[in-house]
Amino acid sequence: MVEVHLWSSLRSLTGGCEVVEVEARTTGELLRELVRAHPQLQAPIDAGVSVAIDGRIIATGLSEPIPEGAEVYLMQRLRGG
Amino acid sequence: MALDDRKSEFTFVGTRPDRPDGLDKVTGRAKFGADMSAPGMLHGAILRSPHAHARIVKIDASKAEAHKDVKAVVTRADFADVPFKPGLEGEFWNVLENVMAGEKALYDGHAVAAVAATSALAARDALKLIEVEYEVLPHVTDVDKAMAPDAPVIREGAADYSVPEGMHPNVVRYHESGHGDVEAGFAEADLVIEDSFVTEATHQGYIEPHACLGALGGDGKGELWCCTQGHWIVQKTCAALLGIETSQLRVTASEIGGGFGGKTTVFIEPVALALSRKANRPVKIVMSRSEVFRATGPTSSASMDIKIGMKKDGTITAAEGIFRLQGGAFPGAPGDMTAMCAFAPYNLTNVRQVGYDVMANRPKQAAYRAPGAPMGAFAVESVLDELCNQLGLDPVDVRLKNAAHEGTKASYGPTYERIGLVETLEAAKAHPHYSAPLKPGQGRGISCGFWFNHGGETSVSLALSEDGSAQVMVGTPDIGGSRASMALMAAEVLGIPYENIRVTVADTASLGYNDVSHGSRVTYASGLATIKAARHAVEKLCERAAAKWGIPVDAVKWEDGCAVPSGPNAGDFDPIPLADITADMGRTGGPISGHFEATPEGAGVSFGTHIVDAEVDPETGKTSITRYTVIQDAGKAIHPTYVEGQYQGGAAQGIGWALNEEYIYGDDGRLQNSIFLDYRIPVASDLPMIDTVIVEVPNPGHPFGVRGVGETGIVPPLAAIANAVSNAAGVRMRQLPMSPPRILAALKDNG
Repeated sequence: MVEVHLWSSLRSLTGGCEVVEVEARTTGELLRELVRAHPQLQAPIDAGVSVAIDGRIIATGLSEPIPEGAEVYLMQRLRGG
Repeated sequence: MALDDRKSEFTFVGTRPDRPDGLDKVTGRAKFGADMSAPGMLHGAILRSPHAHARIVKIDASKAEAHKDVKAVVTRADFADVPFKPGLEGEFWNVLENVMAGEKALYDGHAVAAVAATSALAARDALKLIEVEYEVLPHVTDVDKAMAPDAPVIREGAADYSVPEGMHPNVVRYHESGHGDVEAGFAEADLVIEDSFVTEATHQGYIEPHACLGALGGDGKGELWCCTQGHWIVQKTCAALLGIETSQLRVTASEIGGGFGGKTTVFIEPVALALSRKANRPVKIVMSRSEVFRATGPTSSASMDIKIGMKKDGTITAAEGIFRLQGGAFPGAPGDMTAMCAFAPYNLTNVRQVGYDVMANRPKQAAYRAPGAPMGAFAVESVLDELCNQLGLDPVDVRLKNAAHEGTKASYGPTYERIGLVETLEAAKAHPHYSAPLKPGQGRGISCGFWFNHGGETSVSLALSEDGSAQVMVGTPDIGGSRASMALMAAEVLGIPYENIRVTVADTASLGYNDVSHGSRVTYASGLATIKAARHAVEKLCERAAAKWGIPVDAVKWEDGCAVPSGPNAGDFDPIPLADITADMGRTGGPISGHFEATPEGAGVSFGTHIVDAEVDPETGKTSITRYTVIQDAGKAIHPTYVEGQYQGGAAQGIGWALNEEYIYGDDGRLQNSIFLDYRIPVASDLPMIDTVIVEVPNPGHPFGVRGVGETGIVPPLAAIANAVSNAAGVRMRQLPMSPPRILAALKDNG
């Protein structure tokens, strides 16, 4: 199981949970399972998210592996200039 | 063959060779956006709304269309019917609505119609023949007023899922993050300071106005030449807005006279193509400076509330920030980025940050180097400075005490990998600038700054020539010296001189997709792709050598530009230089090229620390920056001169933002200062020599350790300068720019 830490304002979409546990081996699976667990997370995921795995920010990639016991944060997708 | 993935000893990387575009640029041979012409070319001009907010009741273009010099007129009806959806899904709709107004003009300068005529003068004259009937609506340009209950609504239904119930429809996105218990943290503090700050919108101020030449036929095939930071996004967006297939439009990027984030979208390009499709002739459009100011992306303006608690020893016990960013008449103001970056330099147990994206009747904001981060840093670092002043603490020591490092839980959530903030602070403390005495009337300011950096979709091709030289095709327009950096990285892998490598920014028909040159991603991502493409070519070079020697390919390695046996057991052969392999490559297996396509995901975050001395004239309110030092982590500086240039450029633009630059709106909602005479960017005589220190804490996500350097350099200046000015003037400056009238008013209020 992967513990996914959400940013605070997503709590309103997850019944107050800021940490969601899902079964996922890749970033793509993780996003899919998050929506399965909390369908309302589809909107922020569609709007654009990044996934931080042990501090490394995966901006868009869906096939990045998630190691066992990794620290995982969902983040709003970054934009640059 | 043996190749190490990580490299720390370099032959070419880190040297300072001449820039490859130098001769072209000093002789005028370089072709910028407006330098291209085509046979039969027409000139386009755009009619813009004189109102900040108005319903477009009727457009009558019949007189213009009847004029002998006019060959086409377009309005919104000439573009694809992209459906409106809120949020990012609707970004094409937002861009279309910005490129050409639909039912309403949403800001002063919003395009409502365009003409193509036989000369630029005829096109401008023909605009006067277009009659537009407007119903003027109430407008709002200030971020706080735009959130107030009685504010006019810019567009119903633009808010996305994130906005809490009960907020004004102009609030279109909301972000909240953090960790710990800020109230408990404030209770532990010996001193809590709560303060509010305001920054005005500024323009990226690139010297080259937007310009393009477009040709689109009735068969849906088109060519576009334009000044852009990313021609694939131009291709994709124009195709969507015009209802054609993406691959049928070939886009070539011109040389670029500055972008800084402002050329990451389209403005005139779809208009030129729409006019061309109607007139069946190529159409060129060149913006005037006034059009650039009125209708292309400035930054967001911001209103911010900060609360920080500190113990007497300088430990921060809690931090909280509310960041309200106005991004024009469209969603997109980076309030979330401001919030996530604002406290990122610090190791905080208790932190909470909130960001709002607010619409107002202003042009659609565009990215500007680390979009959103400089404003937040200004507010946060000002409060930190005030805490240091009131507690009698050294501002660098306090920042060192609280600095984030590897293993720190970032304010935006994850745990940091190896980062270089502490190194920049230690370099600041050791720098002679920090201990130099100040003269009476001068003040010193310190600030740290943070930016995420980005990877993005990237394709690179590298082809070797028979004579042993190499050409590299990249897809990221060169906005900061990337052709030189790519050549250095390719030279490092191939082992041939920098001068033997030519790097070209390829058009969209010649290379796979590339994201925009933004997010400080080019030296990181195109650099990584160049290294991998060069290694791909080296693999083939080793294969050819192995075949010549009749040994397995894994018994060959590449060293100093030559194939050599990988060890004594591989055989006794003389090294074969690259040029000896390419000389007969056509007969030993064919041309040798290397390719790499990927979305690198290891950009590595970046930090900087700035030291500024300022002197304030109490009679006139004028500020002089007397000394400036930039210290920033580059991971690995590929071409240090360009890195220093990025640092100096960030400081120079920050000085303008801090002291003079601002969008000034009249009560009628019209921009009052849309030329450089009235919108004052710094000139050479406004600037001191800007000293630089390159810190190198390698990024684990890049083969040579590169971190992007283009954006972080503009994050600390607003705060560092505000702290210097506040310390010089003896009064806390809470509003940018700190123009002479504002400084005089602050001095007067302070008695």
